[in-house]
Amino acid sequence: MQLALTPEEAAFRDELRTFYTTEIPADIRERSRAGTEVTKDDIVTTHKILNENGLAVPGWPTEWGGKDWTPTQHQIWLDEMQLACVPEPLNFNVKMVGPVIAEFGSQAIKERFLPRTAALDIWWCQGFSEPEAGSDLASLRTTALRDGDTYVVNGQKTWTTLGQYADWIFCLVRTDPNAPKKQAGISFLLIDLDTPGITMRPIKLVDGSVEVNEVFFEDVRVPAENLVGEENQGWTYAKFLLGNERTGIAQVGRTKVRLAEVKARAKANGLLADPLFAARLAEAENDVLALELTQMRVASGSTGGKPNPASSVLKLRGSQLQQLATELLMEVAGPDILPFPDGTDTASPQWARHSAPRYLNYRKTSIYGGSNEVQRSIISSTILGL
Amino acid sequence: MDFQLTEEQTLLRDTTREMFTRAYDPESRLKALDTELGWNREVWNQLAEVGVLGLGFDEDAGGQLEIHVVLAEAGRRLAPEPVLHAALGPGAVIAEVGTSEQRALLDEVAAGERLLAFAHTEPGMRRPTTTVTTTAARDGDSWTVSGRKNPVLAGDCADTLVVSAALPDGGTGLFLVDASAAQRKPYRTFDGQRGAEIDLDGAAAEPLGQGGDASAAIERALVRITSGLCSEALGSMEEALRLTTEYLTQRKQFGVTLSKFQTLTQRAADMYVSLELARSMALYAAMSVADGDLDPAIAARAKLQIGRSGRHISQEAIQLHGGIGVTAEYPVGHHAARLTAIEQTLGSSQDHLHTLVDQLGDYDVVTV
Repeated sequence: MQLALTPEEAAFRDELRTFYTTEIPADIRERSRAGTEVTKDDIVTTHKILNENGLAVPGWPTEWGGKDWTPTQHQIWLDEMQLACVPEPLNFNVKMVGPVIAEFGSQAIKERFLPRTAALDIWWCQGFSEPEAGSDLASLRTTALRDGDTYVVNGQKTWTTLGQYADWIFCLVRTDPNAPKKQAGISFLLIDLDTPGITMRPIKLVDGSVEVNEVFFEDVRVPAENLVGEENQGWTYAKFLLGNERTGIAQVGRTKVRLAEVKARAKANGLLADPLFAARLAEAENDVLALELTQMRVASGSTGGKPNPASSVLKLRGSQLQQLATELLMEVAGPDILPFPDGTDTASPQWARHSAPRYLNYRKTSIYGGSNEVQRSIISSTILGL
Repeated sequence: MDFQLTEEQTLLRDTTREMFTRAYDPESRLKALDTELGWNREVWNQLAEVGVLGLGFDEDAGGQLEIHVVLAEAGRRLAPEPVLHAALGPGAVIAEVGTSEQRALLDEVAAGERLLAFAHTEPGMRRPTTTVTTTAARDGDSWTVSGRKNPVLAGDCADTLVVSAALPDGGTGLFLVDASAAQRKPYRTFDGQRGAEIDLDGAAAEPLGQGGDASAAIERALVRITSGLCSEALGSMEEALRLTTEYLTQRKQFGVTLSKFQTLTQRAADMYVSLELARSMALYAAMSVADGDLDPAIAARAKLQIGRSGRHISQEAIQLHGGIGVTAEYPVGHHAARLTAIEQTLGSSQDHLHTLVDQLGDYDVVTV
């Protein structure tokens, strides 16, 4: 056992730290640090710089641009990115659809999509959840019925994050409505959002933002060659994808930066001298440190890049701490949280005006990516054998 | 970065696990607690034979990671042998500070023939500190110490005490005191261990090492012992959760096993999260000591997490068991007792949180 990084790991970390802080534009990193809106352009710019330097898709197979890194190196790649306030390369491309295509797709579909997916020439969005299929995802009803060389898709998807920017959507669709088990009749289909019959409607959130959408499909004709892998095997691919999604979802680096922001603001307005507040912040820091060390243990102990059930611990605890950081920042802001950040010029600073909308927005973190109750079920069944 | 045990460490873990498992089931443990000594000399001798009682005394004898695996196993079985308090904790102080003659005592300790105790904690002491009210006085070449030490874990059976005392010219010194020179009131602790209140009234004392201010050595000793307590607590928590999950799969109510009730399994999952966070922090403390980084802040971080996780797991373990969880016959309540005792030994969660609050303004981003 050795806590310190090896000299090679330390050199790797320093190299990445230098890269992130010199190659990614400072204004993008500052917007990300301050927690105000990170724009589509910011994400695209960052993603493309990372990709041009071979740093966008390290988790993919090496023949498609991945890196032959150790799990610890992958963790360092992510941690340093978050500590430097670099927006992550687009999750839908990098951690979701890309790995599924690389693992289960035909050679033709890999060649067609993987390079453009890595380069963010295609912006993907996720078509999994439906109004009647949330945590019980396998209850999804959107159908894709074969008609010659095409599938005809009908139904509705929802909670489609950043769908307003997307070019394509990867969907779970029901291709065999008569399958004996509801998991058995599902397929993984790629759909061009320009196809006739698709309507995307924004869902306004409680914080005033629009980041999720509803997507409606009405007799949408999709070429059968857009099917990934085998028909009716989509549930297997979806489980693979969800396991990938949960790794890195803990956002340890970002929460550490947020807590540093809380501390700096509290120092500036004097709240840090209040022992009741200081105790909460000190404990939050300790909590995030315990999670970071747990993440290090999971990373250094994982083998072959297979999803580890311990990633449920990281998701569960990580989301709680992300939420806690938003609560503490509101506490620092006090009544200055009240004016909405709508551009009106008031004495209340922008960071304070953003803090309550962000707190409300971040309630999502314990819901998405498999709700925390789903994570507890995974822990109790897979790890504890209950 | 590497969190895997070496082959030797794995072997040591398995050996001690087997030893404690053979020595104690819940019933035989209770019997041992009721003996005059409160623990088992035979087990002590076995521990000496495999080298456990000399861990950390010199570089070849293994270090804090070996201590971690051994104490975690002691915690798992709630073994009453005072490995940490009668041997490893005070022994490491003698190893670090003592003269070569004094260090020779450690051979007897490692062989299981001499018992030590670290007589440092005093009435009213909360956060780990090096400041004490017990005083040392000099008369020519000889020293005496006077004051009250309580609670002194393993103070009931110790042959030799390692005593901290304020020096006439300032600072805190360390002294060896023959236990027969002290007045002791031995007692049982509520979690089945033993300790004593020790009164020193001009007791003859031998300065440890070259004498003089030993505050830094005391601070390091407290860090090592705190790390050891965290390791022991980890083993206890792990067993409390194992007992709980086992119970949930066996106990039937309403015609089904308790594992069919999500209200229980979801809580067991939260216990697992607490356990893993505690494991990370216990390892953090032990690995830091093993690397030579005896930072009290790291010990405070670990002890705080252990305190939180220990409280959570012990309360839920009892609740998920129901009434059987508070019986003396069943082990889970005894784990709760042990974890509760550890919480108030060498600083509670709140005491350690104070330590962290004191340095909160000194850095921006919290880092390992």
